Amino acid sequence: MATTNARVPVAKTYKLYIGGKFPRTESGRYYALRDATGQVLANVCRASRKDFREAVVAARKAQPGWAAASAYLRGQVLYRIAEMLEGRREQFVAEMALEGVAKKAAQAEVDAAIDRLIYYAGWADKYQQVFSSVNPVASSHFNFSVLEPTGVVAILAPEASGLLGLVSNVAPCIVGGNACVVLASESLPLNAVSFAEVLHASDVPGGVVNVLTGRRAELAVQFASHMDVNAVVWNDGDNDAEREIQQAAADNIKRVVGRAATDWQKDAAQNPYLIADTMEVKTTWHPVGS
Amino acid sequence: MSAALRPQRGQLPDLSRVTAVDETGVEERVARFRTRSIKTSSKVEALKLVLSMIDLTTLEGQDTPGKVRQLCQKAIHLHDSMPGLPTVAAVCVYPTMVAVAKRALGEHRIAVASVATAFPSGMAPLKVKLDDTKAAVDAGADEIDMVISRGAFLQGDYGYVFDEIAAIKEACGDAHLKVILETGELSTLDNVRRASVLAMHAGADFIKTSTGKIQPAATMPVTLVMLQAIRDFHTETGRMIGMKPAGGISNSKLAIHYLVMLRETLGTAWMTPEWFRFGASSLANDVLMQLQKQATGVYQSADYFSLD
Repeated sequence: MATTNARVPVAKTYKLYIGGKFPRTESGRYYALRDATGQVLANVCRASRKDFREAVVAARKAQPGWAAASAYLRGQVLYRIAEMLEGRREQFVAEMALEGVAKKAAQAEVDAAIDRLIYYAGWADKYQQVFSSVNPVASSHFNFSVLEPTGVVAILAPEASGLLGLVSNVAPCIVGGNACVVLASESLPLNAVSFAEVLHASDVPGGVVNVLTGRRAELAVQFASHMDVNAVVWNDGDNDAEREIQQAAADNIKRVVGRAATDWQKDAAQNPYLIADTMEVKTTWHPVGS
Repeated sequence: MSAALRPQRGQLPDLSRVTAVDETGVEERVARFRTRSIKTSSKVEALKLVLSMIDLTTLEGQDTPGKVRQLCQKAIHLHDSMPGLPTVAAVCVYPTMVAVAKRALGEHRIAVASVATAFPSGMAPLKVKLDDTKAAVDAGADEIDMVISRGAFLQGDYGYVFDEIAAIKEACGDAHLKVILETGELSTLDNVRRASVLAMHAGADFIKTSTGKIQPAATMPVTLVMLQAIRDFHTETGRMIGMKPAGGISNSKLAIHYLVMLRETLGTAWMTPEWFRFGASSLANDVLMQLQKQATGVYQSADYFSLD
């Protein structure tokens, strides 16, 4: 019996990225992402605080090795991410189209994201020279200050810019040797998950970047309160949301970085101060003379 | 159990008649234990019980008196900012460190356990092993963790292994004897069961999975087989034997799964530090972090707990 079957397209499962693996959320919860017509695009993982905890454990484990890698190597790895992203431009543009982004704007965003990775790759072996200092002191000491990564950084990525906003926050964070857990835009999560696949294929050690999708309102306080997170970066929210994050972060005196109302398309949105945001200054007093 | 398996106390049972172990059945049973969900107040109780059962262990060639004193301080002051915590059951060290540990623990009711008998390989003449054991006991060890001669066991020389354990038991005097089977080297669950039966008949107070120096160390299937051997031994003889899984149990969730297995295999009578121990070094901090998380609702960092 000869029948012709139209091919059934294979839909992609959008999963989390934790410790170099792509698990589903342990909670078994999902939210339906819909296009303008109400059609379901994907069931996206609604990460729980336990997923976040697992991600922090993975980040903590990966961070020392990543920080110990040479600046040159970290730059090469960031460059490699850009290369991989370049090769998958069309996929990212198509996903943005599904989410309702106009084609021209989508192309511009992917291009800007690639260029941003190159920008921070270039800074990998240069920011230290810019921010370090030799300090004049009154005693017979050679006194100097250098930057060290703060450790594990939790990032609440910008809501309005699914790819570029995420890349613009992750790249300056990891280039200095931090590991991070990033919560993708709730309304534009598809690119974030695909970007995790790019990371996975780019020599980024598992655990250095962990990508979660889910509800910001549910996870923001977890991001800010976790005692094993050294800094929290947030991008959206009003004064109340900021106060909540600041208060929850106070217990272990986390570094809190707010980047509200940034236009990530602009060149001004990339600068080495974003690297310094999640670094600690270590000052050394070295005795000299008699 | 046949009559041949019911020897007089102090006699070697016929190990060829020990019940064969159904490996698939053991795996399936263990998988069930892993599905049990222990939450909220039950979890807190379980975590405290785990803490009280820990033998805080340091068995490294690089151990120094300073390291042992540090470990003892940790055993006494697990996390002073959290009131109502139990102490660990014991600290476990090499024989040369027993006196140091004994002094450091002072009046606190924490036992000192010492490995002995040419730990971890056990490859020494019996006389050396006996001297090793006596030295540890003389230094004040409350508990002795001995290793069996796996080579002799594997080539079927059960009598040698039996006599050795019996001799060490005698050398222990009042000290409790834990017999390490080193299950990672016994290759089959049948062997684990056989070695368990042998050790219990020879006079072990506890049977213990591993030295921690061989991978795999303690696993849930191996521990289940040993627990079942203890249960059957108790049914036959009326004697209770303790169990100590050691090595590789480093997080709270896994430790709680072990407790579930203990509860559902041997029952509540065994759920005290007198009859069940965890040989572990990093487990204590993970349990403390979980307890703190339960109390505060906030996930914890190792930065705020003492080193182990």
